Amino acid sequence: MSDLTRISAATLAEKLSAGEVSSVEATQAHLDRITAVDGAVHAFLHVSADEALATAADVDQRRAAGEDLHALAGVPIAVKDVVVTKGLPTTAGSKILEGWVPPYDATLVERIKAAGLPILGKTNMDEFAMGSSTEHSAYGNTHNPWDLTRIPGGSGGGSAAAVAAYEAPLAIGTDTGGSIRQPGAVTGTVGVKPTYGSVSRYGLIAMASSLDQAGPVTRTVLDSALLHELIGGHDPLDSTSIAEPLPGLVAAARQGATGDLTGVRVGVIRELQGEGYQAGVLARFQESLAILEAAGATIVEVSCPHFEYALGAYYLIMPSEASSNLAKFDGMRFGLRVVPEDNPTAERVMSATRGQGFGDEVKRRIILGTYALSAGYYDAYYGSAQKVRTLIQRDFDAAFAQADVLVSPTAPTTAFKLGEKLDDPLAMYLNDVATIPANLAGVPGLSLPNGLSDDGLPVGFQVLAPAKADDRLYRVGAALEALLEKNWGGPLLSQAPELEVAR
Amino acid sequence: MSTLVDYDDAVARFDPVIGIEVHVELGTRTKMFDGAPAGFGEEPNTSVTPVSLGLPGSLPVVNGTAVEYAIRIGLALNCQIAETCRFARKNYFYPDVPKNFQTSQYDEPIAFDGHVDVELEDGSIFRVEIERAHMEEDAGKNTHVGGSTGRIHGAEYSLVDYNRAGIPLVEIVTRPITGAGARAPEVARAYVQTLRDLFRALGVSEARMERGNVRADVNVSLRNTPQDALGTRTETKNVNSFRSVERAVRFEIGRQAGVLDEGGSIVQETRHWHEDTGTTTSGRIKSDAEDYRYFPEPDLVPIAPDRAWVEEIRASLPELPAARRRRLQGEWGYADAEMRDVVNAGAVELIEATVAGGTSPAAARKWWMGELARTAKQQEVELEALPITPAQIAALQKLVDDGRINDKLARQVLEGVLAGEGDPEAVVVARGLEVVSDDGPLLEAIDAALAAQPDIAEKIRSGNLGPVGAIIGAVMKATRGQADAGRVRELLLERVAQG
Repeated sequence: MSDLTRISAATLAEKLSAGEVSSVEATQAHLDRITAVDGAVHAFLHVSADEALATAADVDQRRAAGEDLHALAGVPIAVKDVVVTKGLPTTAGSKILEGWVPPYDATLVERIKAAGLPILGKTNMDEFAMGSSTEHSAYGNTHNPWDLTRIPGGSGGGSAAAVAAYEAPLAIGTDTGGSIRQPGAVTGTVGVKPTYGSVSRYGLIAMASSLDQAGPVTRTVLDSALLHELIGGHDPLDSTSIAEPLPGLVAAARQGATGDLTGVRVGVIRELQGEGYQAGVLARFQESLAILEAAGATIVEVSCPHFEYALGAYYLIMPSEASSNLAKFDGMRFGLRVVPEDNPTAERVMSATRGQGFGDEVKRRIILGTYALSAGYYDAYYGSAQKVRTLIQRDFDAAFAQADVLVSPTAPTTAFKLGEKLDDPLAMYLNDVATIPANLAGVPGLSLPNGLSDDGLPVGFQVLAPAKADDRLYRVGAALEALLEKNWGGPLLSQAPELEVAR
Repeated sequence: MSTLVDYDDAVARFDPVIGIEVHVELGTRTKMFDGAPAGFGEEPNTSVTPVSLGLPGSLPVVNGTAVEYAIRIGLALNCQIAETCRFARKNYFYPDVPKNFQTSQYDEPIAFDGHVDVELEDGSIFRVEIERAHMEEDAGKNTHVGGSTGRIHGAEYSLVDYNRAGIPLVEIVTRPITGAGARAPEVARAYVQTLRDLFRALGVSEARMERGNVRADVNVSLRNTPQDALGTRTETKNVNSFRSVERAVRFEIGRQAGVLDEGGSIVQETRHWHEDTGTTTSGRIKSDAEDYRYFPEPDLVPIAPDRAWVEEIRASLPELPAARRRRLQGEWGYADAEMRDVVNAGAVELIEATVAGGTSPAAARKWWMGELARTAKQQEVELEALPITPAQIAALQKLVDDGRINDKLARQVLEGVLAGEGDPEAVVVARGLEVVSDDGPLLEAIDAALAAQPDIAEKIRSGNLGPVGAIIGAVMKATRGQADAGRVRELLLERVAQG
């Protein structure tokens, strides 16, 4: 086992920069790790070993030539399969895109490539990012490295599991209702959903345009900050992109790592605890609050009374937008085309293609959204949901008047068993109860591991900040991380069982 | 199928109400929501980007020039310009719509509540109220292969060209146009023509009807009297020439009158226009029309045109066609009827350019509204489509004014230019058409003519000037018309006097 897979991206970057290791060595180490464990974990849908090694060799050469490189140059990365990558298959976990190779790169991928990060491959996910367990992937389950019989969270279970299983130091996730943060919580990793508009959506296969946001999936808070700074910032190709520079995220993480939170007001959201939350999750949450307080933070309780309607509003807005965003998958221009035997008109080809190409959860949401947008129902459903959204934004505004950051458990429970909630969509949806409000309001959120529950599985701690104040996530997150690791004597992930290595 | 009612009877018994939706393709360099060139006539599926193909992950960005053009149109139509407005998605599945939704404006158009004054053929002005002008993107173009009609029905397969997908459009919707009575078809035609002229004057579109730059959907309904509520309307789609707009309205009035006369009722539907037969046929029934599930486009942010910018655009609007026509009529000294004919013939720009080339307004009008108008009519083309330029007409008239050719020769020169033989000067040289100004050859021809007709020569010599025309005619014939008849007469009389 190579050490290179166990170190953080920041540490690896330092070693690369110092010439202690080459990117080819680091990339090969991760490719070897993928070979060794991904049969059991199944985090990857596609491994791009040749391309990754070519990038690595190029970076090594440029470094040798004395070129000024990006801080993360040569550090390998995995990309969620919902992000389009030129020349690499991109399926969004769906049969309807099987075999599609995009002719262009997402903006964030362009930035990753320009900075010289070898792309190890594309990670598994719930089909079109619809799910909380990655069980809705059309290409099989991803397994939680802490317990292979359990879910890795979703939709970005592949990216979280890849990072947790040391298959990649960095990964890209996307978060529409918690798909970065909830997998982070259940795999003991760090995930950040940036402020809406902070990272370009150009090249993200859209589920819900007004909610989707790409972000970093890593093992440390600092690594997330480094990756966020790389992929974030204004992009003229995304009209909803914020035309302002990012706040200093890496600086905030480094400041936080000193463990001093003097003067920081931490608001505990009354509505995101209690009933429905596992006892171990609540216990770890209280312990973390005590640590923050000891670090100098002031703990205040805030109320967000409309959060109880967030899940309902989310499950109208998200499917409405998705029903329209997913209309383009029709077998006419790209991807799967199913031609019925008799009378194959365009309409029948579209119908057959969508019938066979989409899985049940995707169909469920398309049907929900189509209904919610229908004439006569629009005001009652989509219209009302938008009003709830405004109320939730106001709840946040009021709460942020009292506190610099808000905190809650990331997910109500630890990782459940594969198959456990597959037949109960509502139980599955409840996983995202604490993460969804941030998407509805466009504010940023971070999840970091804050201990193990009574069942020995990791628990996540969520930090939320006002829009465009993503730096606060990193300051508070890095402080808590440093203090927790001091108590644990190392990262939480080092307590995870070793995976059996395939030979 | 009910019988068609004679048009005069129809409008005597019913009050027609029309409404017109005009789509104009904007002449921007790039498409409405992406950087693909918004050209015409490229190889299929080459003017495309991931955005215009609707590839997964692609996102729209609004074309600022298209917004400016839409505002220009709105201001020229005396509309209010929205302080803020949004795009919406119009969801429907069709292969020429790459995303299976069209990005359009729905309840928040960029311009609304305007009007435009339309001049009818008799010079009277009819005001058309504008409900709204909104921005949207064009669809791709389907080609149905294998069927007999070029329509999808019976086709073996269809091809889609996405070059047009995403071309910026502005759709202009009138309020119901009432009070036109029997002149409804003429009003419809004049309205579309007025808009076409406006688009060109504003520089927002080439506005070429034959390329489909401007497309009209015409709504028609009938009611018993102007006091009644509006009747059920039909919408005839894609009526794409001025003449067709007039004919389609006229046909629908007659058809609907026939249905109503027989106690039937009008079905709210879209109808297809058939250029060849001048008729419409039933298309899609509107009552079970698709539910487009409009909702605000979440990939775009609202458009909030800065007020100062709007005022800047207003200040920079060019002289609009109606004002320009009034000015030119004054400058040219044309009578009202003459100016109307010039306008109706689409000759304003042509005459303006000819006058700019040094020709008198009267002579310019004589050419364009005379010989050239006849030629265009014979060839069934628009005046401007004739293969002759205003500069060539100006050059031709200069030859006449300089006395180098006469009117008769000028017509031959014109014929040569139209036949592609080059500029007037070149035609004169090539065809040897210049007026013979040297007296020598003329005297020879006169002597020959007198010798050939001794009896006539005798009469003239005896003081009877009646038959001089015969000699002049003979001389003209001998010189193939290149002689100046006046000069021939002078020389002839001198010759005879000399004995």
